Amino acid sequence: MRATVLVRPKAGILDPQGKAVESSLRQLGFAVGEARVGRVIDLDVEASTAEEARGAIERMCEGLLANPLIESYEIEVGK
Amino acid sequence: MSEVAPKIAVLVFPGSNDDRDAAWALTALGAESRIVWHAERELPEVDAVVLPGGFSYGDYLRCGAIARFSPAMRAVSSFAAEGGLVLGICNGFQILCEAGLLPGVLRLNASLEFVCADVPVVVERADTPFTSRCEPGQELTIPVKHGEGCYHASADLEHEQIVFRYARGENPNGSEQDIAGVMNVDGNVLGLMPHPEHAVDPLLGSGDGALVLASLVDAARERLYARA
Repeated sequence: MRATVLVRPKAGILDPQGKAVESSLRQLGFAVGEARVGRVIDLDVEASTAEEARGAIERMCEGLLANPLIESYEIEVGK
Repeated sequence: MSEVAPKIAVLVFPGSNDDRDAAWALTALGAESRIVWHAERELPEVDAVVLPGGFSYGDYLRCGAIARFSPAMRAVSSFAAEGGLVLGICNGFQILCEAGLLPGVLRLNASLEFVCADVPVVVERADTPFTSRCEPGQELTIPVKHGEGCYHASADLEHEQIVFRYARGENPNGSEQDIAGVMNVDGNVLGLMPHPEHAVDPLLGSGDGALVLASLVDAARERLYARA
Protein backbone atom coordinates (compact mmCIF):
# COMPACT_ATOMS: atom_id res chain seq x y z
CA MET A 1 0.00 0.00 0.00
CA ARG A 2 1.38 3.37 -0.98
CA ALA A 3 1.59 6.03 1.67
CA THR A 4 3.13 9.45 2.10
CA VAL A 5 4.42 11.02 5.27
CA LEU A 6 4.75 14.78 5.50
CA VAL A 7 7.16 15.93 8.21
CA ARG A 8 7.08 19.60 9.13
CA PRO A 9 8.91 21.83 11.57
CA LYS A 10 6.46 22.48 14.42
CA ALA A 11 4.86 25.90 14.68
CA GLY A 12 7.07 28.22 16.67
CA ILE A 13 10.23 26.27 15.85
CA LEU A 14 12.79 28.41 14.03
CA ASP A 15 13.12 27.20 10.44
CA PRO A 16 16.20 28.79 8.86
CA GLN A 17 15.66 26.91 5.58
CA GLY A 18 12.14 28.29 5.33
CA LYS A 19 13.43 31.79 6.04
CA ALA A 20 16.01 31.47 3.25
CA VAL A 21 13.40 30.19 0.78
CA GLU A 22 11.06 32.98 1.81
CA SER A 23 13.58 35.75 1.22
CA SER A 24 14.71 34.22 -2.09
CA LEU A 25 11.11 34.10 -3.32
CA ARG A 26 10.68 37.76 -2.37
CA GLN A 27 13.85 38.65 -4.23
CA LEU A 28 12.32 36.98 -7.30
CA GLY A 29 9.36 39.33 -6.94
CA PHE A 30 6.84 36.89 -5.49
CA ALA A 31 4.58 38.19 -2.78
CA VAL A 32 4.91 35.46 -0.14
CA GLY A 33 4.30 35.46 3.56
CA GLU A 34 5.91 32.72 5.60
CA ALA A 35 7.61 29.73 3.97
CA ARG A 36 8.41 26.58 5.96
CA VAL A 37 10.47 23.66 4.67
CA GLY A 38 9.70 20.08 5.66
CA ARG A 39 10.27 16.61 4.27
CA VAL A 40 8.25 14.14 2.21
CA ILE A 41 8.69 10.39 2.67
CA ASP A 42 6.94 8.07 0.22
CA LEU A 43 6.50 4.54 1.51
CA ASP A 44 5.31 1.22 0.24
CA VAL A 45 3.80 -0.51 3.28
CA GLU A 46 2.67 -4.09 3.60
CA ALA A 47 -0.78 -3.88 5.13
CA SER A 48 -4.21 -5.27 4.34
CA THR A 49 -6.19 -2.22 5.40
CA ALA A 50 -5.56 1.52 5.41
CA GLU A 51 -5.99 1.55 9.20
CA GLU A 52 -3.34 -1.09 9.62
CA ALA A 53 -0.97 0.86 7.39
CA ARG A 54 -1.68 4.08 9.26
CA GLY A 55 -0.99 2.43 12.61
CA ALA A 56 2.32 1.05 11.39
CA ILE A 57 3.35 4.40 9.91
CA GLU A 58 2.49 6.20 13.14
CA ARG A 59 4.92 3.90 14.95
CA MET A 60 7.53 4.60 12.25
CA CYS A 61 7.06 8.33 12.76
CA GLU A 62 7.35 8.13 16.53
CA GLY A 63 10.38 5.85 16.34
CA LEU A 64 12.37 7.32 13.49
CA LEU A 65 10.79 9.44 10.77
CA ALA A 66 10.06 12.51 12.91
CA ASN A 67 11.56 13.98 16.06
CA PRO A 68 8.50 14.89 18.14
CA LEU A 69 10.43 17.62 19.90
CA ILE A 70 10.65 19.77 16.78
CA GLU A 71 8.58 18.10 14.07
CA SER A 72 4.93 17.25 13.42
CA TYR A 73 3.82 14.68 10.87
CA GLU A 74 0.87 13.95 8.68
CA ILE A 75 0.13 10.55 7.12
CA GLU A 76 -1.64 10.07 3.81
CA VAL A 77 -2.50 6.48 2.92
CA GLY A 78 -3.00 5.92 -0.80
CA LYS A 79 -6.11 4.37 -2.31
CA MET B 1 54.06 6.08 41.12
CA SER B 2 52.99 5.72 37.53
CA GLU B 3 49.25 5.92 37.10
CA VAL B 4 47.20 3.11 35.67
CA ALA B 5 45.68 3.80 32.26
CA PRO B 6 41.88 3.57 32.29
CA LYS B 7 40.27 2.04 29.22
CA ILE B 8 38.06 4.27 27.11
CA ALA B 9 36.04 3.01 24.14
CA VAL B 10 35.77 5.21 21.05
CA LEU B 11 32.83 4.15 18.90
CA VAL B 12 33.12 4.20 15.13
CA PHE B 13 30.04 4.50 12.92
CA PRO B 14 30.07 4.49 9.13
CA GLY B 15 30.85 8.17 8.50
CA SER B 16 32.61 8.92 11.79
CA ASN B 17 35.75 10.89 11.06
CA ASP B 18 37.12 12.13 14.38
CA ASP B 19 37.46 8.71 15.98
CA ARG B 20 41.22 8.45 15.52
CA ASP B 21 41.78 12.00 16.74
CA ALA B 22 39.74 11.24 19.85
CA ALA B 23 41.61 7.98 20.44
CA TRP B 24 44.95 9.73 19.91
CA ALA B 25 44.06 12.54 22.33
CA LEU B 26 42.81 10.14 25.03
CA THR B 27 45.98 8.07 24.71
CA ALA B 28 48.13 11.20 24.91
CA LEU B 29 46.30 12.10 28.12
CA GLY B 30 46.98 8.78 29.79
CA ALA B 31 44.11 6.50 28.77
CA GLU B 32 44.11 3.32 26.75
CA SER B 33 41.76 3.80 23.80
CA ARG B 34 39.71 0.96 22.40
CA ILE B 35 38.18 1.50 18.97
CA VAL B 36 34.74 -0.18 18.84
CA TRP B 37 32.90 -0.74 15.55
CA HIS B 38 29.20 0.20 15.63
CA ALA B 39 28.10 -3.35 14.74
CA GLU B 40 29.49 -4.74 18.02
CA ARG B 41 26.69 -5.83 20.34
CA GLU B 42 28.78 -5.53 23.46
CA LEU B 43 31.34 -3.06 24.70
CA PRO B 44 34.73 -4.36 25.84
CA GLU B 45 35.40 -3.81 29.55
CA VAL B 46 35.93 -0.05 29.63
CA ASP B 47 35.72 2.78 32.15
CA ALA B 48 34.20 5.34 29.76
CA VAL B 49 32.82 5.66 26.23
CA VAL B 50 33.37 8.44 23.70
CA LEU B 51 31.12 8.97 20.69
CA PRO B 52 33.24 10.91 18.21
CA GLY B 53 32.42 13.53 15.61
CA GLY B 54 31.67 12.93 11.97
CA PHE B 55 28.67 12.31 9.78
CA SER B 56 27.34 8.92 10.85
CA TYR B 57 25.18 7.37 8.14
CA GLY B 58 25.66 10.51 6.07
CA ASP B 59 23.49 12.46 8.52
CA TYR B 60 20.54 11.05 6.56
CA LEU B 61 17.03 11.92 7.79
CA ARG B 62 18.32 13.87 10.82
CA CYS B 63 21.84 13.90 12.19
CA GLY B 64 22.26 11.02 14.64
CA ALA B 65 18.81 9.59 13.89
CA ILE B 66 20.07 6.40 12.23
CA ALA B 67 23.21 5.83 14.30
CA ARG B 68 21.15 5.55 17.46
CA PHE B 69 19.85 2.20 16.21
CA SER B 70 23.34 0.70 15.90
CA PRO B 71 23.85 -2.45 17.98
CA ALA B 72 26.69 -0.73 19.83
CA MET B 73 24.36 2.09 20.85
CA ARG B 74 22.16 -0.36 22.73
CA ALA B 75 25.24 -1.38 24.67
CA VAL B 76 26.07 2.30 25.28
CA SER B 77 22.53 2.92 26.59
CA SER B 78 22.89 0.05 29.07
CA PHE B 79 26.37 1.27 30.02
CA ALA B 80 24.97 4.78 30.66
CA ALA B 81 21.97 3.40 32.58
CA GLU B 82 24.40 1.68 34.94
CA GLY B 83 26.13 5.01 35.57
CA GLY B 84 28.93 4.59 33.00
CA LEU B 85 30.64 7.74 31.73
CA VAL B 86 29.68 8.69 28.17
CA LEU B 87 31.00 11.70 26.27
CA GLY B 88 29.52 12.68 22.89
CA ILE B 89 31.40 15.15 20.73
CA CYS B 90 29.62 16.94 17.86
CA ASN B 91 27.97 14.08 15.91
CA GLY B 92 28.29 12.07 19.12
CA PHE B 93 26.24 14.76 20.89
CA GLN B 94 23.64 14.61 18.12
CA ILE B 95 23.42 10.82 18.46
CA LEU B 96 23.01 11.02 22.26
CA CYS B 97 20.14 13.50 21.82
CA GLU B 98 18.40 11.34 19.22
CA ALA B 99 18.89 8.30 21.45
CA GLY B 100 17.18 10.11 24.31
CA LEU B 101 20.26 9.87 26.53
CA LEU B 102 20.45 13.67 26.53
CA PRO B 103 17.61 16.19 26.35
CA GLY B 104 16.98 18.38 23.32
CA VAL B 105 18.02 18.16 19.69
CA LEU B 106 20.58 19.75 17.37
CA ARG B 107 19.31 21.47 14.26
CA LEU B 108 20.61 23.29 11.20
CA ASN B 109 22.76 26.28 12.14
CA ALA B 110 20.63 29.43 12.15
CA SER B 111 23.00 30.90 9.54
CA LEU B 112 22.46 27.83 7.29
CA GLU B 113 26.23 27.81 6.90
CA PHE B 114 28.76 25.24 8.02
CA VAL B 115 30.87 26.86 10.71
CA CYS B 116 34.53 26.03 11.30
CA ALA B 117 36.23 28.23 13.86
CA ASP B 118 37.92 28.43 17.23
CA VAL B 119 35.29 29.62 19.69
CA PRO B 120 35.43 30.77 23.30
CA VAL B 121 33.47 28.33 25.47
CA VAL B 122 32.57 29.10 29.08
CA VAL B 123 32.61 26.34 31.69
CA GLU B 124 29.31 26.67 33.56
CA ARG B 125 29.97 23.70 35.81
CA ALA B 126 33.37 22.52 36.93
CA ASP B 127 31.98 19.88 39.29
CA THR B 128 31.32 17.19 36.68
CA PRO B 129 33.40 14.15 35.63
CA PHE B 130 34.06 16.00 32.36
CA THR B 131 35.20 19.36 33.74
CA SER B 132 36.95 18.67 37.05
CA ARG B 133 40.20 20.12 35.73
CA CYS B 134 38.48 23.40 34.80
CA GLU B 135 37.57 26.39 36.93
CA PRO B 136 33.93 27.55 37.11
CA GLY B 137 33.51 30.37 34.60
CA GLN B 138 36.76 29.52 32.85
CA GLU B 139 36.84 30.43 29.17
CA LEU B 140 38.26 27.69 26.94
CA THR B 141 39.21 28.09 23.29
CA ILE B 142 37.98 25.02 21.43
CA PRO B 143 37.18 24.61 17.71
CA VAL B 144 33.72 23.88 16.34
CA LYS B 145 33.07 22.46 12.88
CA HIS B 146 29.48 21.65 12.11
CA GLY B 147 26.44 22.47 10.02
CA GLU B 148 23.90 21.29 12.56
CA GLY B 149 24.82 22.56 15.98
CA CYS B 150 21.88 24.80 16.84
CA TYR B 151 20.70 23.39 20.16
CA HIS B 152 16.98 23.31 20.81
CA ALA B 153 16.26 22.50 24.43
CA SER B 154 13.41 20.29 25.54
CA ALA B 155 11.02 21.80 28.09
CA ASP B 156 12.44 19.64 30.87
CA LEU B 157 16.04 20.88 30.56
CA GLU B 158 17.23 21.96 34.00
CA HIS B 159 19.60 24.89 34.39
CA GLU B 160 22.01 22.58 36.21
CA GLN B 161 22.37 20.43 33.08
CA ILE B 162 24.05 23.20 31.12
CA VAL B 163 27.79 22.52 31.37
CA PHE B 164 29.18 24.67 28.54
CA ARG B 165 27.99 27.87 26.87
CA TYR B 166 29.48 29.87 24.04
CA ALA B 167 30.85 33.15 25.39
CA ARG B 168 28.45 36.06 25.10
CA GLY B 169 28.27 37.31 21.51
CA GLU B 170 30.25 34.31 20.23
CA ASN B 171 27.41 31.85 19.56
CA PRO B 172 28.40 30.26 16.22
CA ASN B 173 25.14 28.47 15.39
CA GLY B 174 22.14 30.13 17.01
CA SER B 175 21.88 27.66 19.92
CA GLU B 176 19.23 28.53 22.49
CA GLN B 177 20.70 30.15 25.61
CA ASP B 178 24.16 29.95 23.94
CA ILE B 179 24.27 26.28 24.96
CA ALA B 180 27.39 24.43 23.78
CA GLY B 181 27.15 21.33 25.97
CA VAL B 182 24.66 19.62 28.28
CA MET B 183 24.66 16.59 30.55
CA ASN B 184 21.95 14.25 31.77
CA VAL B 185 20.36 14.69 35.19
CA ASP B 186 22.51 11.92 36.67
CA GLY B 187 25.65 13.69 35.48
CA ASN B 188 27.33 10.73 33.75
CA VAL B 189 26.48 11.54 30.11
CA LEU B 190 27.68 14.74 28.45
CA GLY B 191 27.43 16.03 24.90
CA LEU B 192 29.08 19.09 23.40
CA MET B 193 29.47 20.56 19.92
CA PRO B 194 33.03 21.94 20.31
CA HIS B 195 35.83 19.44 19.68
CA PRO B 196 38.12 19.09 22.71
CA GLU B 197 40.11 16.38 20.88
CA HIS B 198 41.19 18.99 18.35
CA ALA B 199 42.57 21.25 21.06
CA VAL B 200 44.99 19.16 23.07
CA ASP B 201 48.23 20.65 21.77
CA PRO B 202 48.99 24.40 21.90
CA LEU B 203 50.99 23.90 18.71
CA LEU B 204 47.66 23.50 16.91
CA GLY B 205 46.14 26.68 18.32
CA SER B 206 44.86 25.70 21.75
CA GLY B 207 45.46 23.11 24.42
CA ASP B 208 42.26 23.88 26.31
CA GLY B 209 40.38 20.81 25.10
CA ALA B 210 42.86 18.70 27.06
CA LEU B 211 41.28 20.01 30.28
CA VAL B 212 37.99 18.39 29.28
CA LEU B 213 39.43 15.08 28.09
CA ALA B 214 41.91 14.85 30.98
CA SER B 215 38.98 15.35 33.39
CA LEU B 216 37.28 12.39 31.71
CA VAL B 217 40.47 10.31 31.95
CA ASP B 218 40.70 11.18 35.69
CA ALA B 219 37.08 10.17 36.24
CA ALA B 220 37.53 6.97 34.23
CA ARG B 221 40.59 6.11 36.33
CA GLU B 222 38.53 6.56 39.51
CA ARG B 223 35.98 4.14 38.07
CA LEU B 224 38.78 1.71 37.32
CA TYR B 225 40.06 1.88 40.91
CA ALA B 226 36.51 1.47 42.22
CA ARG B 227 36.12 -1.66 40.07
CA ALA B 228 39.44 -3.15 41.14
